[in-house]
Formats: sequence, C-alpha cells, structure tokens
Amino acid sequence: MTDESSNASGERRRPAGSVRHPAEHSAANEPPPSGQTLAAAQVTGQGLSRRDWLKGGARGVGLLGFGAAAGFLGTRESKAATRWQIDPNQCIQCGRCATACVLEVSAVKCVHSFSMCGYCKLCTGYFEPEPINLDEGAENQLCPTGALQRKFIEDPYYEYSINKDLCVGCGKCVKGCNMFGNGSLYLQVSHDRCVNCNICAIARECPAQAFRQVPVTKPYLLRGKGAAGK
Amino acid sequence: MTPDRIGSTGGQASRLSGPTGVPPVVALSDRQDALSAITGWKPVFLSGSSYLLPALMVVLLLLVSMDCVFGIQRFPPPDFSDHAVPETVVAAPQARGGGWLDVTVLAVGLGAATWLSLKRRSRVGIVVLSLAALAYFGFWRRGCVCAIGSIQNVALGIADPGYAVPIAVIALFTLPLAVALIWGRSFCAGVCPHGALQDLVLVKPHKVPGWLDEILRVLPWIYLALSVLLAATGSLFIICKFDPFVGIFRMAGPRSMLITGAVLLGISMWVGRPYCRYLCPYGVLLGVAARFARWRPTVTPDTCTQCRLCENSCPFGALNPPMPAKQGRERIASGRQRIVLLALMVPLAALLFGWAGGKVGIASLALHPDGNLATLVLMQERGELPAPPPDELTAYLQHGADRPAVITKAVALEARFVTLGRWIGVVFGLVLALKLARIFFPAGSNDYETDSGRCVSCARCFSTCPYELVRRGIPVPAPAKRSCGFQPLSSLPVPAPAKGEPNG
Repeated sequence: MTDESSNASGERRRPAGSVRHPAEHSAANEPPPSGQTLAAAQVTGQGLSRRDWLKGGARGVGLLGFGAAAGFLGTRESKAATRWQIDPNQCIQCGRCATACVLEVSAVKCVHSFSMCGYCKLCTGYFEPEPINLDEGAENQLCPTGALQRKFIEDPYYEYSINKDLCVGCGKCVKGCNMFGNGSLYLQVSHDRCVNCNICAIARECPAQAFRQVPVTKPYLLRGKGAAGK
Repeated sequence: MTPDRIGSTGGQASRLSGPTGVPPVVALSDRQDALSAITGWKPVFLSGSSYLLPALMVVLLLLVSMDCVFGIQRFPPPDFSDHAVPETVVAAPQARGGGWLDVTVLAVGLGAATWLSLKRRSRVGIVVLSLAALAYFGFWRRGCVCAIGSIQNVALGIADPGYAVPIAVIALFTLPLAVALIWGRSFCAGVCPHGALQDLVLVKPHKVPGWLDEILRVLPWIYLALSVLLAATGSLFIICKFDPFVGIFRMAGPRSMLITGAVLLGISMWVGRPYCRYLCPYGVLLGVAARFARWRPTVTPDTCTQCRLCENSCPFGALNPPMPAKQGRERIASGRQRIVLLALMVPLAALLFGWAGGKVGIASLALHPDGNLATLVLMQERGELPAPPPDELTAYLQHGADRPAVITKAVALEARFVTLGRWIGVVFGLVLALKLARIFFPAGSNDYETDSGRCVSCARCFSTCPYELVRRGIPVPAPAKRSCGFQPLSSLPVPAPAKGEPNG
C-alpha cells in the first residue's frame, strides 16, 4: 500500500553518487565484479545493497519467528477462556482480598451455602467473639458493613444471607464460620464485578496460593449441595 | 551446599550453588540426604515405636484441624417442615465480547494506523484513531489485555507447558511486532492506549538532552529483562503490577498506582511519551523490529532540501539530522574500529551481565510464592521471624506443613532462576554492546530522516515540511529571512502530484 509512493520518492531523494536503480536490487547480493576488492565495493555503494539484503533476511526470519511463536502458543490455547477464582479449601481468610483488588470495592464477595448452614442462633460468623447481646445490634455483629444479615425462621433457627452490595470481601465472617461452624460461608470472586485481569492482583498477594484460573464455563468453586451443577 | 542455606542471607551470593557461581548440581541422593537431615522425617519413622505415638497424634491433630479447612458439618442443617432452603445464587461472568473481538479491533487498528501514517500522512487521522484506541483498549477493556503485559504471558506460556495463553494475548504480542517489521511502529502511533494517553496530553514538548536520552533508554531493557525473568519463572507479572495507567483506565486502583499514573501523565505534558521511551518493555521489542522495517514514515513526501523546518518537530528525539557517512579510507578505518570495539565489548559484556543475571536470579527467588514460603519456613525454624507469623506461614501450617515438598520445590526453582537469569543477562550484555557501537559509530544519513527504531509514526513532523504543504495544496507561508541556507520555495521544482495520492 505504501510501496509505490515511498519507494519512488525515496529513489528521487537520494543524492547523486549513491543513486540506485530499482533494477539493481536484484543484483545486489551478487559478488562484486572480478578485480574489485570488497573494500572498493563498499566505497562504491554496493555495501548498502548488502545491508538491504541482510535487513530483508532478518525481516523474513523475524516474521517466520513471530508466526512460529504464535502457532506454538496457539496449540496451547484451547482451554484459554478462564476466570480467576478462590479455592475455598485453600483460603485462610487473611483479609487481603478486601484490599488487594484493583477495584475500589473488591470483586471478592462472601458466598453462603444454605444447604450446609446449621441455621444456628449463635452464629460465630455473625456475632463478635464476645457479644453484648445475642441480637441484631451493630455492636454485636462481626461484619464491619452489616452485609451478613439474618432472618428468624423458627426457634432456634435463623437464616443467614449476604447482601452483596454491602460485602467488601474481608472474610471476617468466613473465618468465624470456619473456626467453629460448618464452613458454609466462604469467599468467591464475584464475576459480575471481576474485570479478569491478566494477572489477578489478589492472587499475587494471596499467602495461601488459593487463587487459580478456572474455565469460564464453570467460573465458581462452590460448596454444598447442588454446587457441582453450577 | 545444603538446601538449608536457602534464604539464610537474603540476596547474598549463591546460597545453593558454590561460591564460584556454578549451577547447583546437587546429586539427587545428596539432596534427599540433606532433606532428611533437616526435616528429621527419617528419624521419626525409623527410630523405634517410642516416637510412633506422638507422630500419630500429630497426624490426628492435623486431621482435626482439617475440619475447619474442608468445612465439616459440625451442626447438621435442620429439617424444616414449612421452609424451603434457598439455593446459592452467583452472578454469571461478565460478557467480554470474547478474544476474537479484541483480535479484530487490533488488526483493524493496526491497518488504519499504518495507512494513516504512511500513506494518508494525516496527523488528524492518527489523533482520531488514538482516541478510539483509548476508548476501546483503555476505558472499555480497562487496559487489560494489553500488548505490553502480553510479553509476560508469552514468556510464561513458552516456559510452562501447563499455562495457556489466550488468543487475544497471542495476537496482541505478535501482530504489532510483525507490522513493525514491515511498516514501523504503527501500533504505538494509534493503537496502544498507553501511548495514546500520553500523546494526547503532550502540549509543550521539551527536548531531552542526547546523553540523558541514551542513558534513560537503557531502562526499558532492564525492565524487560526483569519482567521476562519473573514471568517465565511464574513469580509475578511486574509490568501489570507497576503499570502506571491502568488505574486511570479503571478509574480505581491502589493509591500508589494512581499517583504514579498522574505524575507520569503530568510529565508527558512537557516530555513526549515518557513511559513509551524510558520504561515500556514492549517498546524496545517494537524498536528492534522496526529497525528492519521495509517502509517507514518519511518527513517529506518528496524531496528533502534540508530546509531544517522539521528539525525540532519531533517530540520523541526520533528525527536525525543529516550526517554524511564517512567515505573512502575513513569509512574503512571506522569500520575496523567498530569491529574491534564489538570484538572486545561483546564477550566482556556477555560474561559480566551473564554473571550479574545469575545473581539477580538468586535475589529474586523470594519473589516467587514457593521461594518466599521456603525462605519463611527456614527463617521460622531459626527463630528469626517476629511474633505474629506471616499469613504465608499460617497457611502452610494449616495445610499440613509439608516441609520436604516446600524445600524440594524451592531448590528446583532456584536452579531455574539462576539459569534463566544468566541467559537473560547474556542477551542484555549483547544489547548494551550493540547500543554502544551504534552511539560511537552512527550510520550516516544524507537528509533529515526518522530513526526507524524510535519513530512512533505519530505524523507530527509531516506538516512542517513545505513539500507536504505543496502536496496537500496548502499555501506555503512566505519564508522569513534566514541565514541557514533556506532556499525560497519558488526556486524549488514543484513536484507533480503523484497519481492516487489523497488531496493531491
């Protein structure tokens, strides 16, 4: 596309002495005429042609190399559509998920497996270690944002649920639930928020190496009944 | 020479290898002996039944502690008669248009940038394209994926057979390089969101002194070497970690990232593309490829009369003034000096930086999660860790404290770090030697020519050339009286507009 214009003008711009006719290009890589030393050939400007020829060769090799690299990597590409996810069995609830994410409010949220939950009245994921009262008062709750909410079902059972808009992924409730409860609360990367970075900023900081890339077709590592189907 | 020495002195010379820097060729049996000597696994199981009970108790304790890890049902869920237990609901992944959309946009963008800079020669077109690239690759794709970061995926993809590189990343790595091999750095001109962002805020370019420019241009090579070393070993992606502009594209991010981005953007108002020239590791790859380019932007569409009007038009130091090549004897002598310099410099630089690369490799071991863990485990055993153990150690203890596995991994990892570090160091040394040769023995040029390795095809210089104005049919302003050999344009042969050229 730029061939004609730039090439033609290029020829015109060369000052006399090193002018080359396009036809000379083909003869460029031929050895200098007999009786002429290499140095003399360089002086008369044929060294430039040699440089052009070398450049062309390097260009060809480079293009082949990039093609080969792309092909080689392409053979490993099939399972490439992935998303970042936390393996809840590896997670130690260090709290870095809340702070290390590139998003202002982390893409990691707490997930609750209802089928695993004991519906306890005294939930160690819900209450502070030493609550003043076993009620819904903010001073008694472990969750700093009030994202873990509960609803009375029947004595002595309460149903717990996460308000995702409030959850910041600090994992405090997860720690409490895993320590003394069933482990039905756990952290997951919420894919409506995750921007699927090239390398996950939290994965880089995760002390338990709990982050991994999972197929986009099965982007969650869920616990409890029916989790396998999702 | 025991694995025990890992992490003994952070960053000190060869913890596993000998003082001479020989790769750690520890025989397997030696290693196992060393391991058992440290771990004490062998004695526990071989020295009679008196140790068996405590060992069993440890196993039991571990099993109990596993409860909390795998979520054992301590409190069975109640059977409700009139309450349905809800299902866990999770959000579906955001649709991202798939990798092929990125590939298509990239290919179209590269074609457009090449056409606009080389054929159409339109700065306005390049600006419009930059804005589009900024919108798509910047704010829509939120700066990820990007060609700069793709270096790391490719490095890891080649080093680790288990790592799959997405198709968009493969394309983002190879297509701009292939285009650079033929038409120069069109990618930088109008497809890269990082370049576009800096280019669009450049209001009053100042020249960077030549010597400073040459020194600063070594930085991207160091950055590239480090990022390949750390990516290929699976440690971390530093290009992504320290990317200055991704915070701006996402309009969120760690404070340090946002501040770096703002500062760099501020600098780019007066210094042309500071990130592209003095940091971007992909830029150096493009620069090397573009040196072999078949076509490249030329200031003038026609004849250079050396009027010097374009002299200060390049904000990126990519426009070389004419410097006639040496002729005759001088040329041969200069060629000989160059060969001598290279013959001396190349082996020296390769050896020196190969050695240094190995050292850097060892020093970066703790940047890998496995290397870091081994370091912490050994530090803890020596009682060098402060009271609250780091989270890494907590996780290690919670998951069974498999010490032999951790140490074996770290030993193998250190060998990989050293080997790779040396190779990267050798290549870096070669690059430096060639750079020096080019500084001392520059290639001659007869006219004002763009430095194809540095030119980012931004199309700024075109409109300063009077012949370009003639080509576009714009009235050329009357020249001011100058004593620098400027010829009045009326005395110049007016070129006949070439067929098929726009605005001709």
